[in-house]
Amino acid sequence: MKELRLMKGNEAFAEAAIRAGADGYFGYPITPQSEVMEYLMAEKTHERTGMIVLQAESEVAAINMVYGGASCGKRVLTSSSSPGMSLKQEGISYIAGAELPCVIMNAVRGGPGLGTIQPAQSDYFQSTKGGGHGDYRLIVLAPSSVQEMADFAPLAFDLAFKYRNPVLVLSDGAIGQMMEKVELQEQRPRLTEEEIIKNTPWATTGKTANRERNIITSLNLDSHVQEEHNIHLQKKYRLIEENETRFETFQTEDADYLLIAYGTSARLSQKAVDIARAKGIKLGLLRPITLFPFPTKPIAELANQVTGILSVEMSAGQMVEDVRLAVNGKVKVEHFGRMGGVIPSPQEIVEALESKIIGG
Amino acid sequence: MTEEIIIAGFGGQGVLSMGKILAYSGVMGDKEVSWMPSYGPEMRGGTANVTVIISDERISSPILSAYDTAIILNQQSMDKFESSVKPGGILIYDPNGITRHPSRRDINIYSIEAADEAASMGLTKVFNMVVLGGFLQIKPVVQPEYIHKGLMKSLPVRHHGMIPENEKAIEKGKEIIKPVFLLN
Amino acid sequence: MDTVIKKEDIRKPENLVYKKTPLLTDKVMSYCPGCGHGTAHRVVMEVLEEMGLQDKTIGIAPVGCSVLAYEFMNIDMQQAAHGRAPAVATAVKRLFPEKFVFTYQGDGDLAAIGTAETIHACNRGENIVIIFINNGIYGMTGGQMAPTTLPNMKSSTSPYGRDVATMGNPLRITELVAQLPGTLYVTRQAVHTPVAVRKAKKAVRKAFENQKLNKGLSFVEIVSNCNSGWKMTPNVANQWMVDNMFPYYPLGDIKVNED
Repeated sequence: MKELRLMKGNEAFAEAAIRAGADGYFGYPITPQSEVMEYLMAEKTHERTGMIVLQAESEVAAINMVYGGASCGKRVLTSSSSPGMSLKQEGISYIAGAELPCVIMNAVRGGPGLGTIQPAQSDYFQSTKGGGHGDYRLIVLAPSSVQEMADFAPLAFDLAFKYRNPVLVLSDGAIGQMMEKVELQEQRPRLTEEEIIKNTPWATTGKTANRERNIITSLNLDSHVQEEHNIHLQKKYRLIEENETRFETFQTEDADYLLIAYGTSARLSQKAVDIARAKGIKLGLLRPITLFPFPTKPIAELANQVTGILSVEMSAGQMVEDVRLAVNGKVKVEHFGRMGGVIPSPQEIVEALESKIIGG
Repeated sequence: MTEEIIIAGFGGQGVLSMGKILAYSGVMGDKEVSWMPSYGPEMRGGTANVTVIISDERISSPILSAYDTAIILNQQSMDKFESSVKPGGILIYDPNGITRHPSRRDINIYSIEAADEAASMGLTKVFNMVVLGGFLQIKPVVQPEYIHKGLMKSLPVRHHGMIPENEKAIEKGKEIIKPVFLLN
Repeated sequence: MDTVIKKEDIRKPENLVYKKTPLLTDKVMSYCPGCGHGTAHRVVMEVLEEMGLQDKTIGIAPVGCSVLAYEFMNIDMQQAAHGRAPAVATAVKRLFPEKFVFTYQGDGDLAAIGTAETIHACNRGENIVIIFINNGIYGMTGGQMAPTTLPNMKSSTSPYGRDVATMGNPLRITELVAQLPGTLYVTRQAVHTPVAVRKAKKAVRKAFENQKLNKGLSFVEIVSNCNSGWKMTPNVANQWMVDNMFPYYPLGDIKVNED
């Protein structure tokens, strides 16, 4: 039987990472996600599974430790919150450029700058459009429950290794701090060195006589070679778009209006659907589970059915741009959200729908 | 059944742990639960609150603006949350330290002298369990057997010796809660 | 005379007095003629060959002139972001404790942008080797001022000489890390003469031997030249290094562990 626990989202993510057979975690404390490293340290992972947990001197060092570990074919991860994620972007760009698998969790808080420690979704652009320099994408998973925080840790590792690409789990302060019932998966064994050599033959494990040396780098001084590499990356991202788009719909079958929301906003929006339906408004919800790849096609299809769409985000309106691209002018698309760490109430969402979409 | 509860008071009163025990008891009783704290720089002595939802169905929003029950343990929380109780809902408060008593007449209001009772038991730490007992008397959302399991699960093993005192406090709370204003 | 070797016989194995280690690739090095990097590479790779560590070593290349070190070193290597090599190496060694791990970094990489990573890897006592090439200038980007550029020394960003009042003082980071309890062995060497090369090789060997002890970080600075950046001929650059760099960065062991 699977194990049932009441856990915070951050703790569930940490526990799930251990059970996913993670080899190393490298992080730097920042609210509201410090529970991840606290939990891992308290668990004595070096005794439990042999997993290394190291508190780095900065987010910059932490992400570069991830680079080093990922280059060895190890399952490594880091976590942070918005200001710390800004610091990590250099390393993430190198990781994407060198095509290294790793898992990164961002418990988003309100910005810009030091901002607030309360939950927000204002890192959508940073998360889905690259974040650092150069043409690259992360696979972005957006959990909306503690259960998904637990489920997405192993999924993120699987996707990261399948595509040799960093995977971002885009959480927020609310998902990280809340406790819910969570069903934990069984412990996966950590990979042996023989398995690493077999599964990731590109990894730096020490040059043996039977192979050429392995080099991990993102540098190509020849611009034509660099362009070839970029074309290869773009092909990979298209493949990811084809194969890995994930989303969930809620009461869309007969919907006249549609909310689109991810993470915490999706939970609020689900309640908003209930409130609207009680008032006789046929409202549905589409929840993107992957933000890259974005569920463009299902949104475009629903745009043929509904008469208006409200993108609900705890930001000034970032995902709404992708929604508009998907809808391509077929129906009205508006944004509603609160900023700076303020969480909108489900009631407010319904009111925004009425004023901006139904009455607007 | 869905019960949406806010518990609010000072940090250090055991607001968050009371919510956690209630939520864990819900898990033991095979309910869906969520526990959403106000987090941040609210340290001991500052205000702290937690939203607990216990339901037979999948919980949508863990964050609410209206509650079935508000459990209020200081004046700041009374000022903030009295108006958030749904009409017909319940407000439970400890009058100790309350300077302005609840004035609404569209909700059921109960008081529980939990701080005094815990002090007279010589166990100020179980104050929050006295309050929990009072709440369960009014709204038995989880069965007593699951409360026991919830205590076992949410208290660290080194504190398991305290479980009998906690349960005694819960029983005491059930006895001493009294109505202040009831709707017909 | 009978002992004179004919030109075509020079390459015969019995006549060889020096052979490139197979741990260096056949790729022609991109370093300027006269630069110390080539010799420093050779020293490190010879030590690894002699210790039989090719299949157990993971090297971390920096950003700077030696960014392409992985083109020349015939071992598994990672190229790190600017200054981050000690953080990268930290994770590699923690996750592969049986491997031998080293970073190879220049002065801008190690002592400017990567100071935090350097200090903290040293202070944690990471069981790695840091090879630090100090030539007092940013070579790859075209001769800009480095953290180790000497007072009054000219560079493209200190064209009238380094004014310490406005540009700060040259950083003796090697003396600094020697103060940290996490460093086991800290030394400063050079590779401009055969004698210096032999001493440097001994130091590098000791640094890698130390990795078997699990007792902390070994830090080998190699004071080197940059004839292009200094705008001198190789011989003049070497003499300038002896006359000006060595007084500020004196050669020798700074912290030594007992074997």
